Amino acid sequence: MTVIAVVSAGLSQPSSTRLLADRLAEAAGRHLAGPAENTEIRVVELRGLAVDIANNLVTGFPSPALKEALETVERADGLIAVTPIFTASYSGLFKSFFDVLDNTALQGTPVLIAATGGTARHSLALEHALRPMFTYLRAVVVPTAVYAASEDWGATSGDGLASRVDRAAGELAALLSRTPPKRPAEEPLIPFEQQLAALRPFTTG
Amino acid sequence: MQFGIFTVGDVTTDPTNGTTPTEAERIKAMVTIALKAEEVGLDVFAMGEHHNPPFVPSSPTTMLGYVAAKTDRLILSTSTTLITTNDPVKIAEDYAMLQHLADGRVDLMMGRGNTGPVYPWFGQDIRNGIALAIENYALVHRLWREDVVDWEGNFRTPLQGFTSTPRPLDGVPPFVWHGSIRSPEIAEQAAYYGDGFFANNIFWPKEHFARLIELYRTRFAYYGHGTPDQAIVGLGGQVFMRKNSQDAVREFRPYFDKAPVYGNGPSLEDFTEQTPLTVGSPQQVIDRTLTFRESFGDYQRQLFLMDHAGLPLKTVLEQLDILGEEVVPVLRKEFAARRKPGVAEAPTHAARVAARDAALVAG
Repeated sequence: MTVIAVVSAGLSQPSSTRLLADRLAEAAGRHLAGPAENTEIRVVELRGLAVDIANNLVTGFPSPALKEALETVERADGLIAVTPIFTASYSGLFKSFFDVLDNTALQGTPVLIAATGGTARHSLALEHALRPMFTYLRAVVVPTAVYAASEDWGATSGDGLASRVDRAAGELAALLSRTPPKRPAEEPLIPFEQQLAALRPFTTG
Repeated sequence: MQFGIFTVGDVTTDPTNGTTPTEAERIKAMVTIALKAEEVGLDVFAMGEHHNPPFVPSSPTTMLGYVAAKTDRLILSTSTTLITTNDPVKIAEDYAMLQHLADGRVDLMMGRGNTGPVYPWFGQDIRNGIALAIENYALVHRLWREDVVDWEGNFRTPLQGFTSTPRPLDGVPPFVWHGSIRSPEIAEQAAYYGDGFFANNIFWPKEHFARLIELYRTRFAYYGHGTPDQAIVGLGGQVFMRKNSQDAVREFRPYFDKAPVYGNGPSLEDFTEQTPLTVGSPQQVIDRTLTFRESFGDYQRQLFLMDHAGLPLKTVLEQLDILGEEVVPVLRKEFAARRKPGVAEAPTHAARVAARDAALVAG
């Protein structure tokens, strides 16, 4: 069973960010080998967690609902992360969610990044903002990032949005098929003798 | 089981009237609160250590020495002593000195501190936090147990033929708790030495601490200090009480809403549900505190945070009256009635001297 978490930071209802997220998730499922029931898509909508995310920034711990969302992302084999572009970058809500996520949670996890915006002029925000953020988190970001401007929703197929969605989803699926499934995270226990011994080598004498 | 209070020592404006105590007023208030703790029958007064405003307690042994002179039974402790940025030699010396002056009524809780700039201010690097806690405590532990120490480490100048004075009272060092809110390495350290583990659970949900305490108990047994049930656990708590719970909520809410640590965040209702904070009647505090045992097992020390967020001294003293008169006597009885056989007693100097002597006789 391959689990893909989908994080959508769309704010309106209905949201084109969520629409893009759903299309990417559907395409990724299609590209993954084997029967469809072997892929599980778990969607995390950040809008309903906005206050909880802000509270976590203030108190340092997540509410039960936010904890569940963070664990969904942490345990997933792959991630599709979609944000609207606000003021030339990811939305603050999107960034804040990844700020409260443990900074090792996405280590080695294949991630597909995508964004929506009013015009295509902001598409490089994916490369300038999202990609470095996930690189910092040591995720493996697929080469194709998908940007959907308003006009893309009315474009003909061909080299339009549909083919970019398909290419990015194919890249994610290919990465996922080569990545071993995630095991439930366990806190590593370092025996105390080993902790003490680790201090010895860098003694300068 | 021991009950007491711990203070952060923050100077905070009272949000209900805009008044801010001076440092002098806050320091004297902390002393008044400590003396009140003894008066109302509490066992422990613990104080934090900070090196930045708005906190006043940079020099805990000075204050605890003064409190020691004015009290007879109260155990004086810390919450926490910065094992990362203090010189371990000075910790060993200062707390041994205090132990003599207080006739053994001293223990301490080691912590790493959470204010980034304190590390560079004291010549350290926060990225070495765990390593500093491990190496520095290893040295404190030796200085209190070996008369002459040769030592070399990564973080302070080496020692040749060093004797830390005064030697611990009766040859028995102060008991040490290791405080942590998230690091399994520290639970492991406490277990290795057979020291206490204090989980300051007041700002975090209990599931998180249940895992850390379970780890500590398992490893305590692994290192041969006793059964997991015999490990020595301390917990935090945070309460505000009035006879009627609605009055408690009404009076505490403005302080909660503006509190430096969690203010302007979740609602009082959410926070009380998700953390051990209890705002209500004395009976509610009793009921809630008894649930800690169900989550974490029998434990030895319960400390409450009572004086923060700008609460006036008069209110804090009233709270201590309620705590000492109505809450702690019931908790003592109820915890004792529920305690499993074989659980360790709370650590005291007298008991530790007796245990040492018994071990010597047994050879």
